[in-house]
Amino acid sequence: MAAFFIRRIVGMVLVLIAVSFIVYLIFIVIPGGDPALRIAGRVATPANIASIKHKLGLDQNIIVQWFDMVKSLLNGTLVSYYNGTNVSQQIKEGIPATFSLCIGAGLIWLFFGVLVGTISAIRAGRVADRLITALALIGISLPVAWLGLVLLYLFTEQGFGGTLGTLFPSGGYVPLTQDPVQWAYHLILPWLTLAVLFIGFYGRVLRSNILDTINEDFVRTAKAKGLTSQRIIVKHVLRASLIPIVTLFGLDFAAVLGGGAIITETVYNVQGVGWYAAQAIGTQDLPPLMGLTLYGATFIVVFSTLIDIAYAYLDPRIRLT
Amino acid sequence: MAESLLDVKDLKVRFATEDGIVQAVAGISFKLEPGKVLGIVGESGSGKSVTAMTIMGLTRGVNARFDGEVLYNGTDLLKIPESGMQEYRGNEIGMIFQDPMTSLNPVYRIGAQIAEAIQAHEEIDKRGARARSVELLRQVGIPNPESRVDDYPHQFSGGMRQRAMIAMALSCNPSILIADEPTTALDVTIQAQIVDLIGRLKDDFKSAVIFITHDLGVIAEIADEIIVMYAGRVVEQGSTRDVFYDPQMPYTWGLLGSIPRLDRPRVERLHTIDGSPPSLINLPEGCKFRPRCPHAFEKCMEEPQLENRVETPGHLDRCWLDVEFKRDHRDATISPGSEEAA
Repeated sequence: MAAFFIRRIVGMVLVLIAVSFIVYLIFIVIPGGDPALRIAGRVATPANIASIKHKLGLDQNIIVQWFDMVKSLLNGTLVSYYNGTNVSQQIKEGIPATFSLCIGAGLIWLFFGVLVGTISAIRAGRVADRLITALALIGISLPVAWLGLVLLYLFTEQGFGGTLGTLFPSGGYVPLTQDPVQWAYHLILPWLTLAVLFIGFYGRVLRSNILDTINEDFVRTAKAKGLTSQRIIVKHVLRASLIPIVTLFGLDFAAVLGGGAIITETVYNVQGVGWYAAQAIGTQDLPPLMGLTLYGATFIVVFSTLIDIAYAYLDPRIRLT
Repeated sequence: MAESLLDVKDLKVRFATEDGIVQAVAGISFKLEPGKVLGIVGESGSGKSVTAMTIMGLTRGVNARFDGEVLYNGTDLLKIPESGMQEYRGNEIGMIFQDPMTSLNPVYRIGAQIAEAIQAHEEIDKRGARARSVELLRQVGIPNPESRVDDYPHQFSGGMRQRAMIAMALSCNPSILIADEPTTALDVTIQAQIVDLIGRLKDDFKSAVIFITHDLGVIAEIADEIIVMYAGRVVEQGSTRDVFYDPQMPYTWGLLGSIPRLDRPRVERLHTIDGSPPSLINLPEGCKFRPRCPHAFEKCMEEPQLENRVETPGHLDRCWLDVEFKRDHRDATISPGSEEAA
C-alpha cells in the first residue's frame, strides 16, 4: 500500500513537470505566441522588444525560462503579462464558483445518468428505452454553448423569456455563504447545461454495461437463489455495471473541476476557473494558462489515483500495485 | 396413488429466434421421488439444460413458449407467476451450474453469497446466516471454513467453488437439487469428488437430484434412472441398470462407447459418434438420429414413438430396430475390441 502511494506520487510529479514543459514549449512555438511582441504593440522598435524580452526573462535559455515560471508559480508570485494580476490569486478566487457549478452538476448527471441507464436497460427494446435512447442521443449531440444560449433565451429576461415572465436569472454567481437560495437559483441553468451531455452519455454506457452483466452466470445464480428482481438488479447487476462508470465519472469530474467547464462558465458569466481560462486564452496570456493547465492536470492525476483506489474497493480481484 | 415430488408431463419448450422457431424440448416426461437421482444425458443442444432451467423458471422470456406440466407436489410451476417463483427457487429447488468460475459473483465474499440465499427465504439475522454458511461449507468439505467463509471466489480453486455452489444450493434444504453439468468444467479427480459429494449430501439433506451431464460415466454410480436426450427428444429412458446393460438406442451405444474403461481391453481410439447434432431449426425427417446412425434403414424415415419395446416395463426407447438384432450388434459400438479378446 505504501509502495503504491509512493509510486503514484512520484508518477504525478513527473506528469506535472512534463505537462508544464510541453505547455511552455507549445506556447513559444505557436505563431504570435511571443509575449514580447504582443506587449510591445503595433509600432515597436527592435530595441523596445529586446528590452521587454529582457525584462520578462525571455532572452534566456528556454529551460531556464520554463524553470523560472514554474518556480514563481509555486511561490505564488507569478503575474499575468497582460494586466499584472496574480495568477494563483485569480485561480483561488475562481474556485468557489467552479466547485459550486461542478459539484452540483456532477451530482445531477451521476444521479440521472444512472437512473436513465438503469431504466433503459431494464425496459430494453420497449417504448421507455427507445424514448430514453432518443433523448440521450439528442442530449449528447447538443452543443453546450448552443444549449446554454437557448436556455438563457427561453427562461431569462434577456430573450423570449422576458415576455413570458422571467423564470431564472440570466447568469452570474452568488456565493453560497452570502445567500444559499440565490446561490442555487443562479446555478440551476448552468447545472443543467453542464449535466445534459453527461447524462446522455452515462445513460448509454450504463445501459450497455447492464445488458452485458445481466447475461452473466452469477446473475443466473442470484436468480436461482430465489432473490427478488429488485435485489438482483441493485446488488448483483448494478454493482458490476457501475465499475466502468466510476472511471468515467472520476475523469470527467476532475476535468470540469480543473477548469474544463469553460463554455458553461462563459455563457452564464459564472466567473470561475473556466471563465478565467477563457479570458487568458482570449489574450494569449501565458502565465495564467500555465497556472491553469497545472491546476487542471493536478485534478486529473489525483482523480485517476482515486479511481484506482475505488476500483480496488469495488472489485476485490484488483490489487493496488 | 400419492403425488410424486416432481411430475413432469410432456414438457415442451419453444423459443422464437431470428432464424425461426426452435423446439428446444419436444416432449419430456418423468417422475422424481424423494431421495432419488435422475440422470439426464445428451450432447450440447439436446435440450437437457433447457429442461432443467425450465423447471426452475429460468428460461422464461418474451420469446419462450411452454406446453405440458411441471407439477411440484401437485402445483404446476409453469403457471406460477415470476414473482411467485421466488418462493420455489433456492427454497424448494436448488440449482448448481456448469462453470463455478463464473457462477459466483466475484465481488462478494463466499459467506455473504451463501447467507444471501438463506436470508432470501428465512427470517434469520446476519450472524445466524453466517454461522449456517460456515456449517454448510464444512459439510461440503471446505477445510477451515471459519476463515474461508470470508474469502472471495477468486481465492477458491475450481473444485472449491463448485463445493461452495453446492453449499449455496443446499442452504435452504431444498427438496430437489438440480445439477446442470456440475463436473464438466472440473478436472477428472475433482469430478469424482463432486459426484461423491452430491451423492452423500442428497442423503444428508433428503433431497432428490436431477443430474445433467454429457458423460454417462459420471452418473453411473449415483443415478437411479436415466433419460437420454437427442435433438430435444427423449430417445431412451429407463433405470440405470437397463440403460447400461440393455441399451436400446444406437445413440446410447455411442455414448457408452465413448467412455474410457479400465475393465475392457484397451482400444486404439475411443468410439466417436460421426457427424454432429442436427440444427434444431432444420431437423432431419423421421428419426432425428438417422443421419448419424450406422444401422439406419427405410423405416427410419418415419419417426418412432417413445415406447416400451423390451421385456422390462418402464424402459422406453425410440428405435425401429429389432430388439434381438440390437442385442447382437451393439457391443461392436459399446466396447469394440471385446469380441476379438473374447
